[in-house]
Amino acid sequence: MAEASYPSDLKYHPEHDWARIEGDTATLGITWYAQEQLGEVVFFDPPAVGTEVSKDQPYTEVESVKAVSDVVAPLSGEIVEVNETLGDTPEQINEDPYGAGWMVKVRLSNVDEVEQLMDSSAYEGTLT
Amino acid sequence: MASGSETLKRTPLHDRHAAAGARLVPFAGWEMPVQYAGIREEHVAVREHVGVFDVSHMGEIETSGPGAEAFLQRILSNDVGRIAEDGAQYSVLCKDDGGVLDDLFTYRLGPDRFLTVTNASNHEKDLAWFKQHAADHDVTVEDRVHDYAMLAVQGPEARALVEQLTEGELPRRFRTATLTVAGAENVLVAGTGYTGEDGVELLLAPEHATAVWDALTSRGATPVGLGARDTLRLEVCFHLYGNDLCEDRGPIEAGLGWCCKEDTDFIGAAAIRAARADGTAEQLVPFVLTGPGIARQGNPVVDGGEVTSGTLSPCLGQGIGLAYLPAGRTEPGTMFEIDVRGKQRPAEVREKPLYRKEG
Repeated sequence: MAEASYPSDLKYHPEHDWARIEGDTATLGITWYAQEQLGEVVFFDPPAVGTEVSKDQPYTEVESVKAVSDVVAPLSGEIVEVNETLGDTPEQINEDPYGAGWMVKVRLSNVDEVEQLMDSSAYEGTLT
Repeated sequence: MASGSETLKRTPLHDRHAAAGARLVPFAGWEMPVQYAGIREEHVAVREHVGVFDVSHMGEIETSGPGAEAFLQRILSNDVGRIAEDGAQYSVLCKDDGGVLDDLFTYRLGPDRFLTVTNASNHEKDLAWFKQHAADHDVTVEDRVHDYAMLAVQGPEARALVEQLTEGELPRRFRTATLTVAGAENVLVAGTGYTGEDGVELLLAPEHATAVWDALTSRGATPVGLGARDTLRLEVCFHLYGNDLCEDRGPIEAGLGWCCKEDTDFIGAAAIRAARADGTAEQLVPFVLTGPGIARQGNPVVDGGEVTSGTLSPCLGQGIGLAYLPAGRTEPGTMFEIDVRGKQRPAEVREKPLYRKEG
């Protein structure tokens, strides 16, 4: 994805993660800014379904040629689904970070945490 | 070493990097381009066409005087007497116990005049070592780091590109020539590189760097950053100081016995002679990961040893690296496991180089 974008229907964490909230479930991924900073993602090893994730703590890693980077959970809960296709095509994280590049779906353990996340305009404000 | 608060040094090409969209990062006290378009794209450009690297952060030490050859023979591991006029030679600089202070290329500029290229992170240390040991010899040791910018032009099309811009014949591999390149006079052109591809390295006055850079890039050379420089060198198993070489390890265990000529009685020769005769506890070997994943510097090897360099090979599409493994487990084909941040990843010892061009 060549142009920066921060969809307004998502919630954002300062560590450059997004969450799409649907009831008590959230889909998580990294933002356009994060993938741009990483460069080309060449390896993603999805975490296991059933793993507990904690807000503000790393729950998985993405790797560029040069480096490994932690991915921080914007919300707490249990992983109920992972994007297995990223194992073979990690470049989707660069090409479509809010769509095909999603990483995990989490059943939220504390929906109130959503209140602590930023909307798109607040997040974009942190980038300048 | 530069601390975080210190101002980063900039090469004469800093503005060119910024304009080309480079990501600039601190590296050994310098602000250097780690990538432009992307590491894989830059890597492939060098393997298939031609790339240009700004490596002006590399240091230069000039040694001159009637005792220059004898002095360098005393501190460098290789046989300095065998560097022809207009020749180039790789060697290591060792402590008395054989530990490696740096790995270096030395160019003979004249009968009694040599230029040694240092790693940026070691330059001040090397310079102090040169000066300390020069006291017993009739030589002058000069820091020339501010007198040279350095460009590496590498890839199968590198020579043809530089030839278009050059008056006179380019030097062969491991030779040098002083030529006019893109209007810049007195460029020291060396048939050396760090990518496994054909090409040249250019040592030139800093004020000429942008003109030469522009001439190369406008004729199709892809700007390549330090990120791809690392993947390119690792595919062909060239050592990187600070990763694969350090003061606590000697050249024999690093697989650099070929550039150590103990009969020249250089500093460290006795320890290296003993290591060569007795063997070492560990040996540096190339490896590939046989499954998914990417091993990184510092990852422990299960049952002993450690990864000193690791990356994804853009040409092979799999994790590769260099690791010190215990003696007896270093034969090509030996399987082992690497602890990659808690996951055990299977790996296999390979011959060097890990990547070789077909045909």
